[in-house]
Amino acid sequence: MSDVLDKPVRGLAWFALKQEIEDFLYMEADLLDQRLFREWLDLLAEDLVYFMPIRRNVKFGQHAEKENTRQGEGISWFDEDKWTLGKRVEQILTGVHYAEEPLSRVTHMVSNVRLLDVTPSAENPAEITVGCRFLVYQNRVEYETNTFVGRRIDTLRRQGDSWLIARREMILEQNVLMAKNLSILF
Amino acid sequence: MTTTLPIDQMIDTKRGMISREIFVSPEFHREELDKLFTRAWLFVGHESQIPNPGDFFVSRMGEESVILCRDTHGAVHVFLNSCRHRGMKVCRYESGNTSLFVCPYHSWSYTTDGKLQGVPLYRVLYEGQLDRADWSLIETPRLHRYKGTVWASWDPDAPDFMTYLGDAVDHLDQVLDCRDGRPGGSEVIGIHKWILPANWKFAAENFLGDTYHNPSHRSVDIIGIGPSARAGAAGRRDNEYNKGQHIWVNYPAGHGVHSVWMPEDFDYQPSYAQYPIVDEYFRHCFYERKKRLGDKARIMPFTGNLFPNTSYHGRQPRGLCVWHPHSPTETEAWRFFMVDADAPAEVKDVLRRFYMRYSGPAGMTEQDDMENWLYATKASTGTIARRYPFNYQQSLATHARGDMLPGDVNVQISEQNARNYYDVYARYLKGDGWDSLLGNGDAVRQAAE
Repeated sequence: MSDVLDKPVRGLAWFALKQEIEDFLYMEADLLDQRLFREWLDLLAEDLVYFMPIRRNVKFGQHAEKENTRQGEGISWFDEDKWTLGKRVEQILTGVHYAEEPLSRVTHMVSNVRLLDVTPSAENPAEITVGCRFLVYQNRVEYETNTFVGRRIDTLRRQGDSWLIARREMILEQNVLMAKNLSILF
Repeated sequence: MTTTLPIDQMIDTKRGMISREIFVSPEFHREELDKLFTRAWLFVGHESQIPNPGDFFVSRMGEESVILCRDTHGAVHVFLNSCRHRGMKVCRYESGNTSLFVCPYHSWSYTTDGKLQGVPLYRVLYEGQLDRADWSLIETPRLHRYKGTVWASWDPDAPDFMTYLGDAVDHLDQVLDCRDGRPGGSEVIGIHKWILPANWKFAAENFLGDTYHNPSHRSVDIIGIGPSARAGAAGRRDNEYNKGQHIWVNYPAGHGVHSVWMPEDFDYQPSYAQYPIVDEYFRHCFYERKKRLGDKARIMPFTGNLFPNTSYHGRQPRGLCVWHPHSPTETEAWRFFMVDADAPAEVKDVLRRFYMRYSGPAGMTEQDDMENWLYATKASTGTIARRYPFNYQQSLATHARGDMLPGDVNVQISEQNARNYYDVYARYLKGDGWDSLLGNGDAVRQAAE
């Protein structure tokens, strides 16, 4: 876990950038929570990787190698691209995707935001890796409530005066999924 | 042991009515665990998950955790995952390789063939009393390996698995065999495990042949998520069954399948548009399969459910699902995704991506199933609701039967598979002998014939 202890040079530009990125993540969460799904899709890079591994119970010492399923191999909860996410949005907007009809009530909480990597520099950032925690609360119909909690690692790419999400890895802190569906967007 | 539940009143398949009690009541749940899951053959796992001596995979049989293990001599076992001393799970990893299962509680340890080996302070505390040979891990008395799949039963008197499977084997083969018709050769590329707040039988029945629920998948059919969707095709899969006769077949032991019987001169339907390598692979497999299987190649698998709780998807997607009851209203679902082990990497990649967007809790198709099963269960728990049975009259009076294959073949959408399933289910709950459970002398069937 070297990135935990790595200390980038933290000048004013670094803190300003961190603020800007936090703002971007909160805005993005707001789009989802306000069900502005198409606008949310506009924040995704064309070559997006959207990945949620399945977590496994493994013996001590095997975590790095075996705990999470891997992107590009076998089966995960999500290992997909922008086209597929576009389809998910399109499906919700048909109005007959019964797993999201009526729509769920969702709140995305984002916290513990840390800039893990900035290239080429905080003064002139083109690509950023940002870590955070998510707590996504979903309530649907009457009583059905799910709380999804985990870590997220995003790669953001500078696009004009905003950012595009180029990679999102969502590490959900569950083994057997405790929800019947992952019908919401993370 | 006989049951006190009024089963014949609750399950009246002659009139096509089944009480909601069997989907929601704790009594039925207990009876199922006691009389059905202790006897029927259950799917445990796949040999591709335990290729080497010492490999294990922790699975479930109904409500209980079991260990599927290849011992150091290569023999395959299924053990109850519970120490003989105080019941602690002897393995809480999902899979791995070991020479011993060591209980974390008091450190009793078991070899990979289940034998109790280590008992701390044995000589001082147990010598002359505890005979280790009598305290092995509890092992299923019956186990059968079929084309990579491993099945087990807790009933020493259960018929052999192939007898239990009967003629449904022709359809299961289409799931387990290579796409080009070579026997076996599949591998499991991943597993989904999730909890759904619904009775397990909703899921089993869905795969058993409930084609009538198609409208609930309208959203994916409109937007198109199939393997050719990127090329603009609508629908949730390729139309491989074009011009075929859909058939719904049930068997005396309770299995039910929905397959398609293709015309004699059927040809390859282009699929996997945008993936020329994948299309080419399936085209090649198609002709090879036809050559190898002859007339049997006309069976194209769709879905099925092997009694009681192992379901399959035959082609797009392809895999086995197991529905483990937690309670009357909660199920733990496991889905094993499968491909040909020797398929090219690009084929496997396109398939796994399709499987993920189709299947399971994140699958755009099956999310809608889960929604249905949850609220169908919830809305059936009420006192008033439970007074009114579910309707199973579909194609009861208007059945249309075919004779192209063994089994009770229905050639129009029908709930006959479900009626047969619940007839068999009722016999388990009544504690019938295996002759009856296998459907020998089935009064309903005779009447139908």
